[in-house]
Amino acid sequence: MTDRTRLALLLAPALLVLGGLFLTGLGLTLLRSFRYMPALGLTDPDLSAYVAILTAPGFLTSLTLSLWIATTSTLIAATLALATALLLRQTFPGRAIISFLVQLNLTIPHIVGAIGILYLFSQSGSFARLAHAAGLIATPAQFPILTQDPTGIGIILLYVWKELPFITLILLANMQALGDDHESVARSLGASRWQAFRHVLLPMLMPGLLAASTLVFAFAFGAYEVPLILGAHAPKALPVLAWQASTDTDLATRPEAMAMAVVIALIGVALLALYARALAKGGSGAR
Amino acid sequence: MRADLRTLAGLALAGFLVLPLIPLVGWSVAQGWRFPDLLPDRISAQAWTFALSPQSGVLASFATTTLIAATTTLLAILIGLPAGRALGMYRFRGRSLVLLLLLAPALLPGIAVVFGLHGMMLRLGLAGTIPGVILAHLVPVLPYMTLVMAAVFARFDPAFEDQARSLGATPWQTFRTVTLPAILPGLMIAALFAFLVSWSQYLLTLSIGGGRVQTLPLLLFSFASAGRNDITAAIALLYILPGLLILAVIARRITGRGAALTERLHP
Repeated sequence: MTDRTRLALLLAPALLVLGGLFLTGLGLTLLRSFRYMPALGLTDPDLSAYVAILTAPGFLTSLTLSLWIATTSTLIAATLALATALLLRQTFPGRAIISFLVQLNLTIPHIVGAIGILYLFSQSGSFARLAHAAGLIATPAQFPILTQDPTGIGIILLYVWKELPFITLILLANMQALGDDHESVARSLGASRWQAFRHVLLPMLMPGLLAASTLVFAFAFGAYEVPLILGAHAPKALPVLAWQASTDTDLATRPEAMAMAVVIALIGVALLALYARALAKGGSGAR
Repeated sequence: MRADLRTLAGLALAGFLVLPLIPLVGWSVAQGWRFPDLLPDRISAQAWTFALSPQSGVLASFATTTLIAATTTLLAILIGLPAGRALGMYRFRGRSLVLLLLLAPALLPGIAVVFGLHGMMLRLGLAGTIPGVILAHLVPVLPYMTLVMAAVFARFDPAFEDQARSLGATPWQTFRTVTLPAILPGLMIAALFAFLVSWSQYLLTLSIGGGRVQTLPLLLFSFASAGRNDITAAIALLYILPGLLILAVIARRITGRGAALTERLHP
């Protein structure tokens, strides 16, 4: 058996399954977004679904909200994760427990974390009760609206809580692979601790940090169940809006749901390009 | 930073990490816990008794979720292991294209695929069935498995296989006695985390299962939106149990901590 046939045989099942499910799913969504649905008698593709969502105010508001949530969560989580990774690299009492908690958090599904955040930060949640006990508020309504709020604070809190450990573990793995040598050399040449971090360690961690942040951004932008639980009634995060349009009893809104899904996918493709670039840089730079 | 400052920062971090789990534990044993009470009126096992009773459907749902996640993982191993070998051990034309196809499901939101996938499952007669949901779960799970196995095979030395073959071992014997033991630690971790990726799916199950396949997250959401905080909390704690077990297994096997866990992880 030649290497070519062997390779083809090894790869064929995965390519067939993934192509069959993922690409077909994506392709069908695309066709329907152009209002091409022969089963419903629609055989003339057009762009009216895109025109409809772009001219309706709800879509752009939702898109902005989702971009805001993803950007803010990613920036906060990445910054805190960098600090956490630097902390966990050092030795101090209790480090093992924290390493365990960081990994534990990784195994907890988003939906469980979202419910936990709701029970903590809602207007009758744990913190509102503590505020009442401290004499700061008299009724739940006086507690600030932190969950199911229009600016997505609860959602951002959840993503920071959930993705901080994810980015931290990736950074720790990178640090482990890099070792301490580079920094030691910089220090022995007279660099301060900050300079060694800023000019030696950080640039080497950057590709990994960017790649991890891209994954987090993509997830925070496209996840459905988190804004479903922690999001406001209006505006809705884009994935929630799209799903709702797809389950509407009015069949005419279905192509609009598909068009929203395509816009979400296009932003995902842009992220994929960024991610590929971050990885390529990591390949030539850090190793 | 001084050591006691580090411990302080560590404590703050630890508090932040466990914080959302605390009200869940509280609610799961609470009977009557109105605002502004800091503690429940009574501690009771009521929510747990209900959650574990047949009429709540939680245990049946636990079984369904386990069946789906286990089957998805098994299929992902059968399909992803060979592909991972090809990607990890060979450089070939189109390799980056294959990698792109594998990375796409991790970066493209589920909602982008789910509508078309549902249409396809309808046509295949698999919408609303467990096999349909399993196939749908392969979309995020298979790339994960393949990429982790590619990383495992990249560190694997094929010379051992050649030696075994030259000493007269059949391909199957070579795989079982040479290849498998070498890749087993990586495969175990990939399988356990693939299980968790499927275990955590919400949207794909909701869409393809069409409400007829009730996995734990779906059940969890319906109790949460019904405002039953106590039962929701009990189910939520049951739902994170496999993750805890998996973590315990891995912690015992792997001393390298994060490194092995994070290879191509989902956020």
